[in-house]
Amino acid sequence: MSGAVAATAPAVLDGCDERPVLRQRGQREVFCGLTGIIWLHRKIQDAFFLVVGSRTCAHLIQSAAGVMIFAEPRFATAIIDERDLAGLSDANDELDAVVTQLLERRPDIKLLFLVGSCPSEVIKLDLSRAAIRLGQRFSPDVRVLNYSGSGIETTFTQGEDACLASLVPVLPNSDESQLLVVGALADVVEDQFARIFTAMGLSNVRFLPPRQAADLPPLGKGTQYLLAQPFLSDTARALEERGATRIAAPFPLGVEGTTLWLQAAATAFGIAPAAFRAATEMAQERGKRAVGNQRALLAGKRMFFFPDSQLEIPLARFVSRELGMEVIEAGTPYLHKQHMAEELALLPQSVALSEGQDVERQLDRCRDAKPDLVVCGLGLANPLEAEGLTTKWSIELLFTPVQGYDQAGDLAELFARPLVRRTRLVV
Amino acid sequence: MKLTLWTYEGPPHVGAMRVATGMEGLHYVLHAPQGDTYADLLFTMIERNAKRPPVTYTTFQARDLGSDTAELFKNAAKEAYERFKPQALLVGASCTAELIQDDPGGLAKALALPIPVVAVELPAYQKKENWGSAETFYQLVRAFAKKPEKRERAPGERPSCNILGPTALGFRHRDDVVEITRLLDRLGVDVHVTAPLGATPADLVTLGDADFNVVLYPETGMVAAQYLLRTFGQKLTKTVPIGIGATRDFIREVAELAGVDATAVLEAEDSRLPWYTKSVDSTYLTAKRVFIFGDATHAVAAARLARDEMGFTVVGLGTYSREFGREIREAAALYGIEATITDDYLEVEAKITELQPELVLGTQMERHIAKRLGIPCAVISAPVHVQDFPARYSPQMGFEGANVIFDTWVHPLMMGLEEHLLHMFRDDAEFHDEAGASHLGGSTIPSAPAPAPTAAEAPEAAAILVAERPVVWNEAAEKELKKIPFFVRGKARRNTERFALDHGLSDITVDTLYDAKAHFGR
Repeated sequence: MSGAVAATAPAVLDGCDERPVLRQRGQREVFCGLTGIIWLHRKIQDAFFLVVGSRTCAHLIQSAAGVMIFAEPRFATAIIDERDLAGLSDANDELDAVVTQLLERRPDIKLLFLVGSCPSEVIKLDLSRAAIRLGQRFSPDVRVLNYSGSGIETTFTQGEDACLASLVPVLPNSDESQLLVVGALADVVEDQFARIFTAMGLSNVRFLPPRQAADLPPLGKGTQYLLAQPFLSDTARALEERGATRIAAPFPLGVEGTTLWLQAAATAFGIAPAAFRAATEMAQERGKRAVGNQRALLAGKRMFFFPDSQLEIPLARFVSRELGMEVIEAGTPYLHKQHMAEELALLPQSVALSEGQDVERQLDRCRDAKPDLVVCGLGLANPLEAEGLTTKWSIELLFTPVQGYDQAGDLAELFARPLVRRTRLVV
Repeated sequence: MKLTLWTYEGPPHVGAMRVATGMEGLHYVLHAPQGDTYADLLFTMIERNAKRPPVTYTTFQARDLGSDTAELFKNAAKEAYERFKPQALLVGASCTAELIQDDPGGLAKALALPIPVVAVELPAYQKKENWGSAETFYQLVRAFAKKPEKRERAPGERPSCNILGPTALGFRHRDDVVEITRLLDRLGVDVHVTAPLGATPADLVTLGDADFNVVLYPETGMVAAQYLLRTFGQKLTKTVPIGIGATRDFIREVAELAGVDATAVLEAEDSRLPWYTKSVDSTYLTAKRVFIFGDATHAVAAARLARDEMGFTVVGLGTYSREFGREIREAAALYGIEATITDDYLEVEAKITELQPELVLGTQMERHIAKRLGIPCAVISAPVHVQDFPARYSPQMGFEGANVIFDTWVHPLMMGLEEHLLHMFRDDAEFHDEAGASHLGGSTIPSAPAPAPTAAEAPEAAAILVAERPVVWNEAAEKELKKIPFFVRGKARRNTERFALDHGLSDITVDTLYDAKAHFGR
């Protein structure tokens, strides 16, 4: 992609691409990209996500939200019915009517995403044209964008990638030098990072996605971007098409990951080592202490990751290096070798990687390996517990603030809690 | 296209999953895109099943659409058979697979597997979850049930019935089956097969051997029961035994169908509901205005129980089960009201807001609506929530079910009363916010002077909904209104304003409030 990648990569990087990857195709027990709406609508507080899809889509989002909070949410589904399919009604007219009804109800909405689904893709409903048409009608009050969160196009977190990529073309132009942190982070984590960047003397820092639709960060040749999440390949490509360059780094999970991530930004912007140290030292120590509290319990424990969010490789690196755990298999739905290069360089060679899934065969491998802890989706967790394995549901890693120094201990604790629970129970 | 915030039912293939997951020895191969596996978590997380649903998904992606999704389906079906060795295979498509028209039934039959294959076509753009359960169960019964050989019952042999309708992920189905099986046993009737829940395809073959069918859940079991009536002449029960009266009717109906004497069972009736509801402690339940919404079976049963056994007034009755529109309209006519038949959550919310009932009996969705409006609520029907699978035995049907319902409905009213008492006493020396709990021996701090009411104080959800109030409340009247229990305050406000409007008053005083109270008082 760009020459800057190799220049800023950590020195330990060597031969990382040589490790074998088990690629399987079979049943994939994963969410589709629509699921990302659950955290994205909390993040962008004046955005509304309208899925154009089937009852299945509506049911998925409300089920995946886990606790159904039946307040009026900032997401909904325009459910396609037989009349739309039979051509008895014009799907575009229908969609326009639904959007009008929605925006009349919710005048507080400033940004509307039309989110494509499996059925809308298969019937080739052109949501990009619909977005332009509706954007013109509701301009300037509401901006209308579109992306696909369909299962045939996206796996779980790739929905966020598609959403952020759809924002890139509307970011205002500026070639001024700035750091752009890309990927949805919990507000509390974002604020912590912003404080650290300020403390090291890096003042021009923006975040994507923004908390308010009106607060879009500018973008241009002076933009260097740092991925806060490992699943943003389309967004990265779109940013680079507009002149931004990527700062290669591992991801900010665990103390080490957070330090290397912040360090990569500091280096790219010529921050003096002393200023970097001063800005991060205390938090690093605090983070190490918090992680250390969990290490005694977790060190030596054997772990198995089912593919889910693409966070698996950074997490495997964290638990191996900072908690002394042994990772048997790190499954990922998709392996982006370039964005993952710095992570793979740090990951012990003993960790087996797998990409994609054939869930029955992977369950066989998992049972054979008898790990102490399995990280997997909600469909598999209880059945594995019933077989005697200890599990951690992976979706919690997306909903809980886990990035940064002050969450490193929380992240370790997420893995420790199921094991602690097993030791406490005498039933 | 229809704007949907929340949905009462899933798509029809989820209904098929409820049948397959309830059964043993059946495996469902579902042609579906990546992501549709989310449905597994309904069973493993909400119902806390220890086993994964017996479902294999093809999870096709965009790249497969260009090549051969049919081949993908055939492989999935073949591998599922080899791995799980089921007695029979159920095959079908989810909404997206329906559009690509691969014909799972034809493809599966072409594999020539050594087991029966049942194909179900569930039109995802017309139908919903309960319909999907009913259709799937019907197709399975049609495929497997064999015509029984004619034979006379041996002397001393007990009559038998099937229990039809219970599924996985059903609202209290697990415990209802136990309760009704016990009741039938006391009547001297054996349960031959319970299906779908707990049945195998082999069990379905013998359905015709029972003397009659007990249809516990018409939403899922009625289509199959009617097929069995048409084909084998097997009679079926029409009463759903929820509540004391309905349970008694059910006992009489079963006795008639089975040719047994029910007198002893009716006399030995052991429910506490009849006495509890007659005891003076229950007087305050009299004429409470209730709004009822759920699947048709539970809603209709709740309305009868509410009026006849709790002494409530049914002010609203509705269902999201459009297939049972006629039944719910007939029921509503008994209470002199119009039925609300809709699957639009916003419409239900508007109706509850308009009626301002004192108790809502609904689904988890109505529970949230009621919470926002400050109205007590109890859950009577699916869609299910993890709380609808309690650890304890908690049926809705039969005499024990009536006990459970009595407690469940009274509890939120009690809580409302307690909350009101806490509000009333909150400025007392012992109760105000800064005071320690008196029973813990904490010192009593004198009450702070009453703070001026702020906008943030006591958010009255009901009041917010009345956007532009046509009349003005003076300060004293507003204060007086606050003394009314919060769960009836919305109604009091609404009645007073209507009274003022009707009488051409633009200001509401304390007197207006009490004039309205006298006017509308029951």
